[in-house]
Order: sequence, then C-alpha cells, then structure tokens
Amino acid sequence: MTVATETRVEDKLYQNRYLVDAGRPHIRVLPHDKPSPALLSLTRVCPAKCYEENDKGQVEITPDGCMECGTCRVLCEASGEIEWNYPRGGYGVLFKFG
Amino acid sequence: MIDERFDAIVIGAGMAGNAAAYTMASRGLKVLQLERGEYAGSKNVQGAIMYASMLEKIIPDFREDAPLERHIIEQRFWMMDDRSHTGMQYRSDDFNEDKPNRYTIVRAQFDKWFSRKCREVGVTVLTETTVTDLLVDSSGKVLGVKTDRKGGAIQADVVVLAEGVNGLLGTRAGLREPPKPENVALAVKEMHFLPAETIESRFNLKGDEGCVVEAAGTITKGMTGLAFLYTNKESISVGIGCLISDFAETRESPYTLLETFKSHPSIAPLLAGSEVKEYAAHMIPEGGFKAIPQLYGDGWVVVGDAAQLNNAIHREGSNLAMTSGRLAGEAIHRLKAGRQPMTKDNLKLYKELLDDSFVMKDMKKYKDMPALLHTNSANFFMSYPQLISQAAQNFLRVDGTPKIDMEKTTMRAFIAKRSRLGLISDAVKLAFAWR
Repeated sequence: MTVATETRVEDKLYQNRYLVDAGRPHIRVLPHDKPSPALLSLTRVCPAKCYEENDKGQVEITPDGCMECGTCRVLCEASGEIEWNYPRGGYGVLFKFG
Repeated sequence: MIDERFDAIVIGAGMAGNAAAYTMASRGLKVLQLERGEYAGSKNVQGAIMYASMLEKIIPDFREDAPLERHIIEQRFWMMDDRSHTGMQYRSDDFNEDKPNRYTIVRAQFDKWFSRKCREVGVTVLTETTVTDLLVDSSGKVLGVKTDRKGGAIQADVVVLAEGVNGLLGTRAGLREPPKPENVALAVKEMHFLPAETIESRFNLKGDEGCVVEAAGTITKGMTGLAFLYTNKESISVGIGCLISDFAETRESPYTLLETFKSHPSIAPLLAGSEVKEYAAHMIPEGGFKAIPQLYGDGWVVVGDAAQLNNAIHREGSNLAMTSGRLAGEAIHRLKAGRQPMTKDNLKLYKELLDDSFVMKDMKKYKDMPALLHTNSANFFMSYPQLISQAAQNFLRVDGTPKIDMEKTTMRAFIAKRSRLGLISDAVKLAFAWR
C-alpha cells in the first residue's frame, strides 16, 4: 500500500469555499529564532498546510486555506508561539457539506 | 445594536446550540442565538451519523421534513493491515422500520433545517456574528456577550456556551481549560459524489438504505485513531482521525493518511470514479469522562463538544451534544418558570439532569478507555491488526501444511510480538476498561 509520498493538499483545498478577510489573518505566529518541536510539527500536521518553514528555519503561516480546526491552537497556543482568533463573522471557511 | 435583554443567549448553532435554543424558545423563553458562520452549519463538520431518539425528544416529527440521507441497515467494523481487512459485519432487515434509529446526514444541510426550526419557535438567530468576549462582572458572574458587530454588548440572564470543541470564549474567560493534545483528535474527511444507483449496487442497498464502515489498524500508522466511510444519498463521506498528540509526535500529515486510506485495496473500489467536492478538517473531543470540565457557573452553562461530551468508543458525539443542549434548556426553563436566578447553585440542576441521563452514564462507563488506547496505541493499532491478518491467512490458505503447525505458527507470532504475559495483560486491561 504505497501512495505518492507528497499529497498535494492545494488540490483538495481548491474544492472548498472561503471568504478571506484580506489583511486580517486570524492566526499569527509570533516572532521567534528557532521554532519549538510542536510549532515545527505544524508544517506537517496542519491539515491545510498553512504552516511552512522559511529559509531561516523559522515557521510562517498563511491562513488563507485554514479550515479553522484548531489543531495548531491546541499544540502551540499555551506556549505563546501563536495567537489564535476566530475570523470575523461571515469570513473564513464556508463548508458546503461539512 | 441590541438594547433588548434576553432570557438566554446561545453561542453557536451546532447540534448542542440548536437543541438548547429550540428547547428554551419552544417553552416561551426569549432566546438570542449567535453564529459566526454565514449560515448555521457553515462552520460545522461531522461524519455524520445522527441518532433519531435524541432528536425525537426535541422535535418528535423531525422525519417529516429534516434532510436525512440514508437510514443505516448495515455496520461494518474492519481491522485493517496494509493489504487486508478482518471484519465484523452486521446487517438486519429489522433496521428497515417505520422510525429508523440511525441516519446519515450532511451537516451543512441538516443544521440549516434545525436552525429554521429554531426560528419557527421564536429564536432570534444572528449569523455572521462572532462573539469576541463574555461580559463578566467582578464576582465572576457572566452577564452577557460582546460581538464583532457595532455596539456589540448584549445582556441575558444566562449564556449557553455551545461554541464547539475549539471554543475560545469559555477557555479565555477561565471557565475551563483549553483542550490538551492527548484529549482531542484531528479528523479530515472528503465528500465523494457518485450516482445513487452506483452507491446502492456497491453496498448492496436499495432505496434509502445505508451502510457504514468504520476501520482501525495500520492505516493510522500506530497512532490512536479511526477511519470511516458513510453512505449518503448521492455521496460518500470518507475520513480518518487520530489524536493530536500522536500527530505531533509522528509528524504524519493528515491528508497523506487520508489518501493512503482511500487507496487501500479494500476501500479504493468503493470510491472508484467519484467526484470530490469538499475537503474538511475538524477536532473531536476524545478525553472522555476524565476530561469533562466544570459544566455550569454563575450565569453560564457549557454543552456539547465544548464540554468534551463525546463517547469515542461508540463514536457518538452529536447525540450527546443534542441531549446536553436539551437538558441545559430544560434546566434553564425550570429555573425561569420558578423565578429563580441563574446562579451557580441553581444551574447545578443542569448537571443533575445530565448525570441522570445516558450521557454521563456512558461517559463514566468508558472512563479508562482513552488512556488505555492511547498508552497502548502501537499494540492496538499496529501489532494486533497485523497478527489477526496473519492468523486469518494461516486459517484460510491451504498448502499442505498440517493444521496443527499452522495454529502453532499463529500462536508463536502472537507470543513473539506481545509475550504471553503481554497478551493476557492486554486482554485484562481491555476487559476492565470496557466493563
């Protein structure tokens, strides 16, 4: 049972409806030198692949494809590495089926 | 924006919130319900299986117009290794009854219907409204909410927190702890569309009959988790979920896990040729009885997933949500009718009603299960599925090896993997946690 190792999550997110609140990201990663293991794990574990490691080894977020599941909040809010808020009313992911 | 005062404000329009709002408004209370999505359901995700008797207690004639997909007549439990599944399957014509017990539903549609029912009994529903804060006085009593709409403070005698598994308000106000990674799962799912006739022939169904597959094993790569496949009318919901602590440790990506499950030789033919129309992710409370927080206080109660009310073993969440919402609504109505204030002492009634119901009895029964499955996940989700697959092959393949030798090979494989003591201890622990 082998699968092409890298599934393209972008193709999956393309099916979804979003109303992006431009310029008002609802999740922020706070400035850091070196990410904690939990923050780094989000580059793999975030189901929308919103988190990426930049060339300086820091973790950045682009929450446009976020499905608001809260996994990153559960892993990294307590340590203060990220700030998590719900998008403003009406914005964010809009599930057609859910 | 709103100068009116309400008897109750319900935060969230999922199963728990709708149940609470409907219960209170249908008994004459003045209820405001706030939902951050474009419509009720637009932020909600579930498998989804809906249990009829819990909804009947709220809306007895729901079958007349609720958007139901299929009533379930067959359940398959599969233990999977990479190339096989060992199954327990139950199908009965008894499930083809006048008032079936379980239905598959599509949450966005179902929640829209439930929300319409709420408005019909007088609930004021405000969508596209995110509650940003609870209004709390110096003694800690919750007085109302603040929203992201203009002039957004609104007051009520009591606030029902139905804000879901990732509820920010109750945790930020210090009413409960945020969920811990070992107490919540992350599940991803896709909606695969196929013609109704194709679904019916693949699963041997007719009319509105439905089939459910739930699977555990090497598909979660040693993590504590479960995969599922539910038949809707013209679509199949397929998904997989594992504990977040396990995801963080293994760094498996959830969508790759989903792709691997979909391509499993036992699953792929069921989905062949389908068109995927949505990919969703959501958390599921898995901490069980021991993770249930304080459920009530001065001016507030918490219901549904926000209160961690989910029976992971029986994969029941929405019925616990509906029941906790209904019981919170009944308790609040009783206090209101008796002109009693919404104090912590009085709202304890909600907890008492919940303790008397199946909700807390079931949660209590499995209180040791989450810890057992979590600490032994490599055994329960990797070793045993592989061993059972080997045992089945040893039993079924005929190649001239004497049966006695085949049985010995099977026994030796189990002992080599888990040791005699390990096997006995796993069985005893499982039996005690199930008891």
